[in-house]
Amino acid sequence: MSVAEAIAPPPRSLTGRLSDGLWRAPKLAVLLLLAPALLWLAIVYLGSLATLLRQSFFSLEEFSGLIVEDYTLATYAELFQPANFDIIVRTVAMAACVSVASAIVGFPIAYVAARYCRGAWKAAFYLAVMLPLWSSYLVKVYAWKLMLAREGILTWAFAKVGLTPVLDWALALPGIGGPSLSTSYIGTFLVFLYIWLPYMILPTQAALERVPGGLIAASADLGATPWATFRHVILPLAMPGVVAGSIFTFSLTLGDYIIPQIVGSGRYFIGQAVYVQQGTAGNIPLAAAFTVVPILIMGVYLAIARRLGAFDAL
Amino acid sequence: MRSEGSLAVKIAAGLGLAFLIAPLLVIVAYAFTTEERSFVWPPPGLTLKWFGVAWERTDVWAALTLSLRVAAVATILALILGTLTAMAVARSRFFGRDAVSLLVILPIALPGIITGIALRSAFATFEIPFSFWTIVVGHATFCIVVVYNNAVARLRRMSGSLVEASMDLGATGFQTFRHIVLPNVGTALLAGGMLAFALSFDEVIVTTFTAGQQQTLPLWMLEELIRPRQRPVTNVVALVVIAVTFIPILLAFYLTGADEQTAAAAGK
Repeated sequence: MSVAEAIAPPPRSLTGRLSDGLWRAPKLAVLLLLAPALLWLAIVYLGSLATLLRQSFFSLEEFSGLIVEDYTLATYAELFQPANFDIIVRTVAMAACVSVASAIVGFPIAYVAARYCRGAWKAAFYLAVMLPLWSSYLVKVYAWKLMLAREGILTWAFAKVGLTPVLDWALALPGIGGPSLSTSYIGTFLVFLYIWLPYMILPTQAALERVPGGLIAASADLGATPWATFRHVILPLAMPGVVAGSIFTFSLTLGDYIIPQIVGSGRYFIGQAVYVQQGTAGNIPLAAAFTVVPILIMGVYLAIARRLGAFDAL
Repeated sequence: MRSEGSLAVKIAAGLGLAFLIAPLLVIVAYAFTTEERSFVWPPPGLTLKWFGVAWERTDVWAALTLSLRVAAVATILALILGTLTAMAVARSRFFGRDAVSLLVILPIALPGIITGIALRSAFATFEIPFSFWTIVVGHATFCIVVVYNNAVARLRRMSGSLVEASMDLGATGFQTFRHIVLPNVGTALLAGGMLAFALSFDEVIVTTFTAGQQQTLPLWMLEELIRPRQRPVTNVVALVVIAVTFIPILLAFYLTGADEQTAAAAGK
């Protein structure tokens, strides 16, 4: 066979020539592939974000309630008034508590699923995490409203095992207590923990599964106790996964406005403040300034997470 | 590693799983309760009556139909945009590749309320009235990432030599896509599409800002949560919603296997 026969003839059809042209210009091909989604995200998403951010530099005329379209930092200064600053502190504290708690509750699940489970057990663990993750957000919140209600299942369970005094004691705690579980910060915290927990488990489990078995065997061969192996080999390698999970738990708690509205003491979180300011209060500049807070916090958080190697664990 | 520590870990894991599953079982139990006004536990009696009552409610049906239509259109848009981006990112290295990944992930990495209020202020600025399409635009934006993540994971595992062999044998780029790439990533796309559908069907935070007076099923549910009108009907709808979202998740699980699902793929 001659060389000429071995090389396919140049295509004559339009699609064939187009395809050849794209193969020769890979950069153009990549650009064409990227263009639709990038245009969509740039126009719809970044464009919307930009209009929102612009609003945050406007201010509200106090007497008329009209928006003054002059650029000013006055609205940002309002964030530091005690009433508004409290909202920010409360939300960040809740996000931090939820992230730490979900790491503590989630780690054993991820650890057992990654290191001890095979076959059917592994699938069962996986589904047990995925089903609550994917079932409706509002239905989960609703389930907790049912459970936390004064006449609900938790009060009943505490009474059954004779721990009602413990429950009463927890609800009497200053600051986090309240008249019932569904109107206290404890309730809000439990619902947040429940709803975001799977987001912590999945990346942690993925990181644990990537720990090479050889490293653990080597650590044991060198005389380390199981605890020492865990502390010095497994935990450092799993940390990027935990940090990756905390990106979700932290960010999702920062922005949520439905859970504290339905289960909680009625005091505002950032999300509710945004919702009320843009809705009934009609103060869009302040609402926009409030949304900048989680963006900034998540920007810092993502930068730190990136240095800790969390992006590879996503 | 199998030592005294492992039993404690297993017990902690078991308790954690119970914590994850119990609330879903509670929903099932409440759908059958005879109690109408309070959330009393245990249910004083069991009945099927509320399923019939819920079936007759036109507002529930209207909300359900709107949710299904929005989810279908948003999923199609997300499938197209997500697949194209995934093909670009998976098979080549180019300047700004990380920035593209970041941009795709951003709508779920930032809290949903930001996406929502940003879209609303943009609609207000450009005087776009609320409609079916304003909801779809919001949903498609955060659904892209689900499709993208599934497609990228599969494309990275697909051997590049398959594509090269096809091209060497004289297939054009489009034929290669149709006959080689698509069959390979098909199940991943199907899985991504179903997850996107489930995500859109369930979304409430962005929808609050883009729906205006329209009511999707989650918005109906939220209304009931804040101002309960008929608790037993809400219980039944909650059970139905759980059942409806489980089907695509189970299918997606069997189509891709456990290894491709990550938290990022599931982000809200």
